[in-house]
This record gives sequence, C-alpha cells and structure tokens, in this order.
Amino acid sequence: MTVGSAVLNILVFPGFLFLVAFGLAGEFVDRKLYARLQNRQGPPWYQPLADFLKLLGKENVIPEGADRPTFRLAPVFALAAVVASIFYIPLGSTTSVLPFEGDLIVVLYLLVIPTVAFFLGGWTSRSVFATIGAFRAITQVFAYEIPLFVALLAPALLANTWSISGIAAYYAGHPWLWLVNLLGFGVALVSLLGKLEKVPFDTPEAETEIVAGSFIEYSGRRLAFFRLAIDCEAIVGASLVAAVFLPFGLGLTPVLGILVYVAKVLLILGILALLRTLFARLRIDQMVHFCWSVVAPIAFLQILINLVVRELI
Amino acid sequence: MPDKKRTVRVPIGPQHPALKEPESFMVDLQGEKITSVALRLGYNHRGIEKGCEERTYMQDLYLVERVCGICSHSHATAFVQAVEEIAGLEIPRRAKYIRTLIAELERVHSHLLWLGVAGHEIGFDTLLMYSWRDRELVMDLFAELTGNRVNYAMNTLGGVRRDIAAEQFPHILKIVDALEERTKYYIELAMTEETLAQRLSGVGRLSKEDAVRLGAVGPTARASGADRDTRRDDPYAAYDELEFRVITDDRCDVFGRAVVRLGELMQSYSLIRQILKQMPEGPIAVKAPLKIPAGEAVSRYEAPRGEDVHYVRANGTDKPERVKVRAPTLANTQSIAKMLEDGYLADLPIVVAAIDPCFSCTDRTIAVRGGRDSKTMGWEELVQYGVRWYRERGVDPSRIKVRGDESA
Repeated sequence: MTVGSAVLNILVFPGFLFLVAFGLAGEFVDRKLYARLQNRQGPPWYQPLADFLKLLGKENVIPEGADRPTFRLAPVFALAAVVASIFYIPLGSTTSVLPFEGDLIVVLYLLVIPTVAFFLGGWTSRSVFATIGAFRAITQVFAYEIPLFVALLAPALLANTWSISGIAAYYAGHPWLWLVNLLGFGVALVSLLGKLEKVPFDTPEAETEIVAGSFIEYSGRRLAFFRLAIDCEAIVGASLVAAVFLPFGLGLTPVLGILVYVAKVLLILGILALLRTLFARLRIDQMVHFCWSVVAPIAFLQILINLVVRELI
Repeated sequence: MPDKKRTVRVPIGPQHPALKEPESFMVDLQGEKITSVALRLGYNHRGIEKGCEERTYMQDLYLVERVCGICSHSHATAFVQAVEEIAGLEIPRRAKYIRTLIAELERVHSHLLWLGVAGHEIGFDTLLMYSWRDRELVMDLFAELTGNRVNYAMNTLGGVRRDIAAEQFPHILKIVDALEERTKYYIELAMTEETLAQRLSGVGRLSKEDAVRLGAVGPTARASGADRDTRRDDPYAAYDELEFRVITDDRCDVFGRAVVRLGELMQSYSLIRQILKQMPEGPIAVKAPLKIPAGEAVSRYEAPRGEDVHYVRANGTDKPERVKVRAPTLANTQSIAKMLEDGYLADLPIVVAAIDPCFSCTDRTIAVRGGRDSKTMGWEELVQYGVRWYRERGVDPSRIKVRGDESA
C-alpha cells in the first residue's frame, strides 16, 4: 500500500469522511423512521449535520474539579476507535482494507472503547447524574458484550477463521449457509441496541431519570464529537453485523457492491429504529437479567447449532 | 442500617426533565436503590388565593380557572359551586348537564395526557406520541364547544356561559367513538406489552391502609382499592342522574393506576353519551347577584387527579373574604415518599408521575429555608412577616389595609 492510498483510505474512503457522511445520514434515517413510526413528521435530511455544526459553535464548558485531559480526550478516543475499526470490516466486497487473521477480535475490542470513553467522560465530570450514567454504561457492557462476542464467534467457528474478511469470503462461497446464523443475527441486533444505548437499553442516558447520564456536563465541540462517535458507531456496528450475518451480493462490481452494502446497513438501522419504537426503557437490573437469561443462552445455542452444522458439512 | 459512606445524594428537581413543574426530591441512593426521599414543595407559589380576595367573584372565576391548566374546569366548577351555595342559587338542569359534559371531556383529555406522560417517563415515547395525537381530538372539540383548547371559561355564576347546540351532538359522539376505539387499543396494549408490564407492575406500591392513612385521593387511592369517588359519594352537577361505575383496582402499584385511569376513560365515554341523550331543554343560566351574602361553603369536586376542595367565605361584598384551594396533588404528595420506599432510582419518574402531579396547583405555603430560623409560614404569618419587613426598613405599612387580618 502506498502512502497516498493509505492517506486516502484513512481520510476519505472507507475512513473518516465516508464514515461521518454515512453516520449523519444514518442518524437521519433513524430519526426520520422513528418519527414516522410514531406518527410524527420527523427532521429534514440535513438536521443531523445542522445539529453537529451548531454544537461546534457552542461554548465549551469543563466542569470544575473534572480531570481535564480525560474529559477532553474521551470524545476523541471514542471517535478514533470507531473510525479505526472500519478498516477491518469488508464493505462491498469480501476483503477489507487491512484484513488479517484475528481482526474480528480487534474490531470487537475497538468497539468497546467508545463505551469506556463514555464511562471515563461521565466519571470525570464530577456530576452525580454523570456518575450514575457512567456506572450504568459500564454495567451494561457486561450484559450485552458477552452475548455479542458469542454471537459473532458462532459464524467464525463455522467459517473456521478469525478474520471478518475470511468469514465473508467463506459465506460468499457457501451461499445460503448464512441462514444457519439467523439466531446469532438476532442476538447481535439486540446487543447493538445496548451498545448504541438505544431504547429499551438507553438506561445510561435515561433522560427522565438521570437527565443525559455521562453526557450531562459535555457541551459544544466535545458533545458534538461524542454524538458523531455514536452515529459512526451505529454504522460500524451495522457494517460488522452485515458483513458477518448478511454475506450476500459480495461478488459484484465495486459500485454495485457498495450500494448493496449501504442497503444492508440501512436495513439494520431500520430494524433498530423499529425496535426502539416498540419498547419501553428497561431498568438496569431488568436489562442485565434479560441479557443473561434470554440473550446469552440464545447466543450459546447458536454456537451449538454451528458446531453440529460444521460436523455435517 | 444504610452505610453513610456509600450513599449518593441525587437532586431530582427543582429543575429536572422528569418533572414538568419545579418541585424538589432529594433522593439518597445506595447503588440504584432509594434509601430515603426528602420532598420539598413551594417553588411555584403564585398567590392566587390572595389574588382572589382582591377581585370580584366574576373575576375570580377566571383566576381560579388558571390554578391548573389541565383541570381548569375542575377548579372553576368547585369554586363556582361554593359561591352558588352561599348565594343560594339553584342553577338550571341544562347548565348542570353542560358542566358535567365539559367535566367528563376534561377527564378524557387529562387521562390521555397522563398516559402519554407515563409512557415518556419509562422511555416509551411511542405511547406519548400516540396518546397525545389522540388527545388532540378532545382539544379540538373543546375549541369547538367552548372557544378554547384550555381554560374553557365555560362556567359563570348561576350556570354556564355557552349553550351546546343539538347539531353539535353527532360530532361529539363521533369523536367519543373514535376515542373509545383508541382507548380499547391502549387497554389491550397495557395488558399484553411485556416491557410496559415489567416497568409498571409492582412499582410504587401503596397498600390500601397507607392510601387511606395518607389521605390519597382519585385514581391513586382507587388503584389501591380505596373505593372513593366524590361523583358518587357526594354528587354534584348532574352526576346523581347518570349511571357510572367507580373503577377500583387491587394491584396497588403503578400498573393499577394505569388500569384505573384507562377504565375511567371508558366510563367517561359512557357518561358523555348519557349526557347527550338526556340533555334537558331550558335556560343555561340564572341571574346571579354581584354581591354575595355573608356565609361560607366548602365545595367538593372529583377532578381527574382526585378530589378537589374549595372553601369560600363571603362577607356580603362583591369580593370574597377568603378562598382556599386544596388541589388533589397536595393530598397525594404525602403518599409519594411511601411509594418510593425501597424502590429504584429508575422508577422514581414513573412513581411520581403516577399520581399525575400538578405541583403548581398545589403550592400554597412558603417555607423559609436555609436561613437562621427555618420554618413554614401560613398566610397570616406571611402577612405579618411582610409588615415587619417593611417596618424594619422604615416603611410604615399601618395605613395599608390588610384584608382578612382583623387582629392588626
């Protein structure tokens, strides 16, 4: 890889610019769909961008007594980790920008960093609401992260590789085998709701209880970047789920491939919007209980199924 | 014994997204569990009672209507009933029916509003958007019948201000039919939706004994099995001529309160249909005197949130000597602390919302806090305090006549 193409990859596609544009568009799709499902008008297409630009111009406040470097760096870490993980996920084809054996683990690791950043940001804010939100965020990690890991492990077992590109390539070579992983797909979607802190798992920022949780003391530029990180995380999470669980339409021309990829991500965002329309917010104890007693067993069942299928084929 | 070191104090209010009006709940937490709640009222004292003493009865009617934006008809009716009792006015039957019609429509709009707020408090915004959309039907109906979406100003001394034409009946019935359809859907939703049941069942428990002991009123009391409803126990307006069931529930939790309110919605639709069917012909008001003879009266009224009590004392002039409002929320606030015992922080918004609080309507006393002598003041005391305060600063208030303060 030449330096030029590396810079292009990092800054334009599939890196920063593409991810930001897609993230803002994804937020619009989510908000518009959510609004329409609730019989509301919803925002115009440029609303997420307008919100972002408006926040950039607002005053930056750092609360007294906060750990300034941590408080400042938390949004940057969140966004950087999300952008970094997109390089290991195959988008329109069966190979990512930097595929290697084990990139699945790296991506999962990188995708935990935003949550840790939310925790640190909230923890250092010294606000009681932010502290409770931070605690809830970290509690929630233990509830949804394991089912997500296990759910993603199952297709990898069947494909016999730890590389997302490898998994995509395997399922592209074995059409219809992805249907085996439908249970895992469901588990991944539920976990994604937890990761993105959306209803019914939005306890860490529950507006009516703890105002905005970890983000309560954030304002201006830093809040803008936190929100952007969440938008991008939604895209990266959906891309990961799409690459592992919906591996079809991969052998097409680059342009057509990207279109199919965009359609898949939008489908997943649509399902997430639908789910958050349907439910009430769970309490943190109910959330943990639900994840461990319902979601995790289903994820383990998926492993069992895949082990059996692997013996059969 | 709670461990002092591990207790976190969280201020919910006076400014907080869960509260639509300023009120303060100091919550002590251990983890997510609530160990104690300190409640403080009084952020919204508007001096309406004093204001009433400065205005004529007719002006008071409009002021009292503004005690609450949601149950404006409740306060206006409770007030006007008290004044009519003192003046010995017998209002026409048609006026009674129209008052009852507006009262029940108000209950419909208030309960639908509550349903939405409850949904929002547990993060179920879809319910909020749906029920408030449906509520628009009633609001528009109000605009059509009374000229206003809120603060309908339907009452006047001796009857009502506006007649309802027979041509308007079919439209009212059509809207009631539509709302009944929607309410049935919400009842089904409440009974089948899993996350809703999880968030509401067993939350904010208030036993029947506690409900009675703490003086809970309205749906809060009825959801704890306390069978009290002023409409039946002490009928006013046209309620003695109408058939309805008082909805109670034994669940004693927030879910029960939702069930009671949904059930009451169905009763209200039935009441509205009966009113339109039995509406008598005749005048809508009798002439009322400007000066009300000396006397006093207490008027009870079943507002959507519970029993609303107004006390009026007349002294023979055109202005009341004293007006006292006991809004239903004041009766219900006592039970909040009980309901929150051993609860989760996450349940606090919905538990508070479940009494359908209307704090601005409630605030009647002023507490001086944080100073050297922290104490609660009644009205008389406050007047004396004001007089003293000015006297200390060289202003002589002796020439200012203070009404209702004979001792001075």
